[in-house]
Amino acid sequence: MHTKTLYELSKLLHEGDISSVELTQHYIDRIKTHNNQLNAYITVCEDNALKQARDADQKIQQKTAGKLTGIPIAHKDIFCTKGIRTSCASKMLDNFISPYNATVVEKVNTAGMVTLGKTNMDEFAMGSSNETSFYGPVKNPWDNTRVPGGSSGGSAAAVTANLAPVATGTDTGGSIRQPASLCNLTGLKPTYGRISRYGMIAFASSLDQAGPLARSAEDAALLLNEMAGFDSLDSTSVERDVPDYTTTLQDSIEGLKIGLPKEYFSEGLDPQVAATIEAAIKTYESLGATIKDITLPNTGLAVPTYYVVAPAECSSNLSRMDGVRFGHRCDDPKDLLDLYQRSRGEGFGEEVKRRIMTGTYALSSGYYDAYYLKAQQCRRLISNDFQQAFNDIDVIMGPTTPTTAFKLGDKTDDPISMYLADIYTISTNLAGLPGLSIPAGFVKGLPVGLQIIGNYFDEARLLNVAHSYQQATDWHKQSPPSFE
Amino acid sequence: MSLDKKDVEKIAHLARLAIDKQAIPSYAKDLTNIFNLVEQLSAVDTTDITPMAHPLDANQRLRVDKVTEANQRELFQEIAPKTEAGIYLVPQVIE
Repeated sequence: MHTKTLYELSKLLHEGDISSVELTQHYIDRIKTHNNQLNAYITVCEDNALKQARDADQKIQQKTAGKLTGIPIAHKDIFCTKGIRTSCASKMLDNFISPYNATVVEKVNTAGMVTLGKTNMDEFAMGSSNETSFYGPVKNPWDNTRVPGGSSGGSAAAVTANLAPVATGTDTGGSIRQPASLCNLTGLKPTYGRISRYGMIAFASSLDQAGPLARSAEDAALLLNEMAGFDSLDSTSVERDVPDYTTTLQDSIEGLKIGLPKEYFSEGLDPQVAATIEAAIKTYESLGATIKDITLPNTGLAVPTYYVVAPAECSSNLSRMDGVRFGHRCDDPKDLLDLYQRSRGEGFGEEVKRRIMTGTYALSSGYYDAYYLKAQQCRRLISNDFQQAFNDIDVIMGPTTPTTAFKLGDKTDDPISMYLADIYTISTNLAGLPGLSIPAGFVKGLPVGLQIIGNYFDEARLLNVAHSYQQATDWHKQSPPSFE
Repeated sequence: MSLDKKDVEKIAHLARLAIDKQAIPSYAKDLTNIFNLVEQLSAVDTTDITPMAHPLDANQRLRVDKVTEANQRELFQEIAPKTEAGIYLVPQVIE
């Protein structure tokens, strides 16, 4: 039951072969058996899930159900869920029961999906390995001595280990695509503004975007259909129709023009990962695509630009966590300053403090022009590179990450080495473009992800391009043997 | 560039963060490394480049000035650390 695609599950539910209660209970049982090994979930919502499942079964019987009604889903613990703890994997919000639903949660609830639980993540989504979580690291289901990637590491591990059929994630610098790559999943970061950010706890507001983590492009398309759309509650949400992403999956990719940026195949890229990506490109050629070498000359500026823009925005966003209206408050504050400082000092972990301080310094008096303004100008240069490239090509391809999953603890002592894990994904967020990672093969038993970047609002094309590859290959069907 | 103990203490104060005294040297080292990485940007010629604050260059949407939200004070204060008579309590600010 837990290896079926969303279409297959939908068919079983609608034809009455299984009930949503049975399906939900099956996943809850699997979570109970396997979550200890992986630490993928922070909170499991058994009672609430079974209640949602009963409602779904009723809708199916009354023939008022949609395609995804009754299908379970896991939400990254960054999405506010009414009445359910929403911790963002931080001690700061360990006691935070959200009084409202994020729009994404509201939308998938309306579609009749069943929330299994809230998945582990890097604290406030700051990290690339899921090791900064207050609740401890998540293990990669392919090798439990390795990281699943981050920050949506719990969602990725849960779907990979078949502890959820599909999950939500968020991506500020690669946090959907990098774990998808390290865990053998299909993960999509849509265009900035495509999915509402309302109720998604903010890290860097001009970069954050939600998206699906799934086992195939088809599953991702089905979930994106429900997640995407205009929302008046998010002032940066885009008023633009949402196509049915499943209707174009089967389109031919004959004549597709693929650009390969030379900067994504240079030093730092593991040679075996490079070879795997090159083989995937060959497959695309055999499917009728044409290849063009391109250049994104300002790629090298992406990481330094990001580490000004993202911390600057985070230092501002996280100032709302002050121990006054919600979240952690220190014991016996002697005055208001002490209340702020100790509540925040105790509530935030090391990496979050590091980023708040980085952002505070970059925005402090006398440094704004040198850091923040300069970074915003470099951001424009990075974005211009992409627009230049899209004059001649349809999509850009390259590796999602420079290496396969690294060992737990390998990069925790050196923040910069961790930041470089996102070297190929960060530019996309800076430009606001959609990007997707799909399984492209294995190196020494560990998954390799192929990244596909599209122009603004080209999600349908990305999913079509990914689906075509998945019709010709079966990498995405591989599961870690201990979780089959 | 290099950030020292005093810089870290000043930044932590601006950010309203209490940090362990013993952790200051490692913060100084990490922040120095991060800003050395960022320093690369200073070599880039950005003359006449318009800063990009937002990916879509969208305009701020306006809405009609009408009350749409119901008052949910009790619900919101259920999760507050300390309240009294509908008010959030903090240590005394004015003597």
